[in-house]
Amino acid sequence: MIERTPFLNIATHAILVGGLLIAFLPMWLVFVAATLTIEQINSPPISLIPGGELFTNLSAAWNRADLGTRLLNSLFVAVAVAAGKITIASLTAFAIVFFRFPGRMVVFWMIFVTLMLPLEVRIVPTYAVAANALAPLQALLDVLGIAWLWQAATGVKLALEWNLLNSYTGLILPLVATATGTFLFRQFFMTIPAEIVEAARMDGARPLRFLRDMLIPLSKTNIAALFTIMFIYAWNQYLWPILVTTDRVNYGTAVMELKRLIPTAATTGGGTPDWNVAMAGCLIVMLPPLVVVALMQRYFVRGLIGADK
Amino acid sequence: MENRAHFRTLWLGVALILPQLLLVLTFFYWPTGAALFWAFTLEQPWGGGSQWVGLDNFANVFSDPFYWASVGRSLVFALGAASLAMGIALVLALFCDRQLRGYAYYRTALVWPFAVAAPAAAVAFRYVFAPEAGVFSALNQIYPNIWNPATNGTHAMIMIIVAYGWKYIAYNFIFFLAGLQSIPRALIEAGAMDGAGVLRRMRDIQLPLLAPTFFFLLVINLTDSFVDSFGIVDITTEGGPSKATELMVYKIYFDGFKGLDYSGAAAQSIVLMLLVMGLTFVQFRYVERKVHYK
Repeated sequence: MIERTPFLNIATHAILVGGLLIAFLPMWLVFVAATLTIEQINSPPISLIPGGELFTNLSAAWNRADLGTRLLNSLFVAVAVAAGKITIASLTAFAIVFFRFPGRMVVFWMIFVTLMLPLEVRIVPTYAVAANALAPLQALLDVLGIAWLWQAATGVKLALEWNLLNSYTGLILPLVATATGTFLFRQFFMTIPAEIVEAARMDGARPLRFLRDMLIPLSKTNIAALFTIMFIYAWNQYLWPILVTTDRVNYGTAVMELKRLIPTAATTGGGTPDWNVAMAGCLIVMLPPLVVVALMQRYFVRGLIGADK
Repeated sequence: MENRAHFRTLWLGVALILPQLLLVLTFFYWPTGAALFWAFTLEQPWGGGSQWVGLDNFANVFSDPFYWASVGRSLVFALGAASLAMGIALVLALFCDRQLRGYAYYRTALVWPFAVAAPAAAVAFRYVFAPEAGVFSALNQIYPNIWNPATNGTHAMIMIIVAYGWKYIAYNFIFFLAGLQSIPRALIEAGAMDGAGVLRRMRDIQLPLLAPTFFFLLVINLTDSFVDSFGIVDITTEGGPSKATELMVYKIYFDGFKGLDYSGAAAQSIVLMLLVMGLTFVQFRYVERKVHYK
């Protein structure tokens, strides 16, 4: 549309540049802080021009928070959550859309409801489950009397235990157990014309063959979108990792370490707060999701919009 | 949907759905059930099982002034963060959608803050707002303690709202822009032919048609601010100074894991669950149906 609105165009650019400032200025300040010495950063006013100490600060933060191991842990957890979610969500959606079995809609709604209550609001009992993931099964066996039968038959008390605290399984599984993605796949699978399914069946394709050779290749965009948002979601988790990993040395994630980089009276011993090192650590920790978004921007936006509907 | 072509292997369908079903039962339904159970019982301090206490835990929670204070703070936080993030995002999206030169760059650049981890944003803003080193440091040198989130509750609340809202500007922007782009271009062109200027078209065509997106985002923003605020609070203020930023989720965590009051934490969880479910219900029932002008 061609309109001559010179003043409004200038105002539009001014507003959008203001938006860019809001988006980038805080991070610019973080970057600048990561390049200063401890004296420079503690002398007001706040500096807007980078100094020359970036690599010193980066390596100080890297060593202090042991970021090498942490980043690997985070990477592993994030990739596993994303991959696990894609696998499980696509299988579930496949079963719901292309099969008929009794209770199908009940199961569908049971999974759907999980969207309503995020992990944070049921955090205390979920932690209890992570301490023994077989507790639900044990309770079931107790109620059904199977545990009693087992004890009567073998003389050994049946006490199932599977502790997920301080393990990758514990970090990963509860984050996979939601419905995000299932609906993305379901919506997409429902747009597949019935003729394609008929044709595949006519050609003798078994269900799994159909999944592998037709649906998965057709869902590439959805898979990329889901991977992007799940990777970022898992990488950015904070509350769940600090609960399940008391063994920070082996299982701590990068985001968890952020808090320990913050200079407080306890860490500096009343000395000058070294915000420069904290900001260098902050830069390192937030970089991987940003790289993922930069590379997969299109899929990221698509995933965000698709997954919440 | 029922008449769609499908496969007849019954067991395979069940087998495919089983992994997700098991996960959801173990990590969703069991904990939610456990929260309900704990909310109505009291654990004996030295073992010996739990005792049914009916609504006592809820009565304790509701008669606790600290609880109501945390509810009030959560509301201030929710409304503050939602209006900040949605207001700025809406203005940016409306003007970005004019698609002037450089449109693609603006769009790309305004999306990325959502990828920053909330705790990382919190660390960043804790520095930016630090009284001794941040943006207010020069002012603080002249007037000591004119800005200090470590001792002033209002400053601390402003800090967590800004740190949290900053990230959600990007989120809301994505949805507003998508909403604007789904408005048929012909409508806007028709408005232009009738002589409506850019701002007039925004007010009378685009804003009303954006209502569904707006309400959808309002619900998401409120719900997320209730559940997603833990990292921000824990990193910036730990609920302080003197509980000025202790939001509902933080209080649940604190009472449950630090105070070891499982019953009280469970009762609070149930209240929060009902709140979140209520908002989601409003979303599905009311917003999705009534606010559609197409």
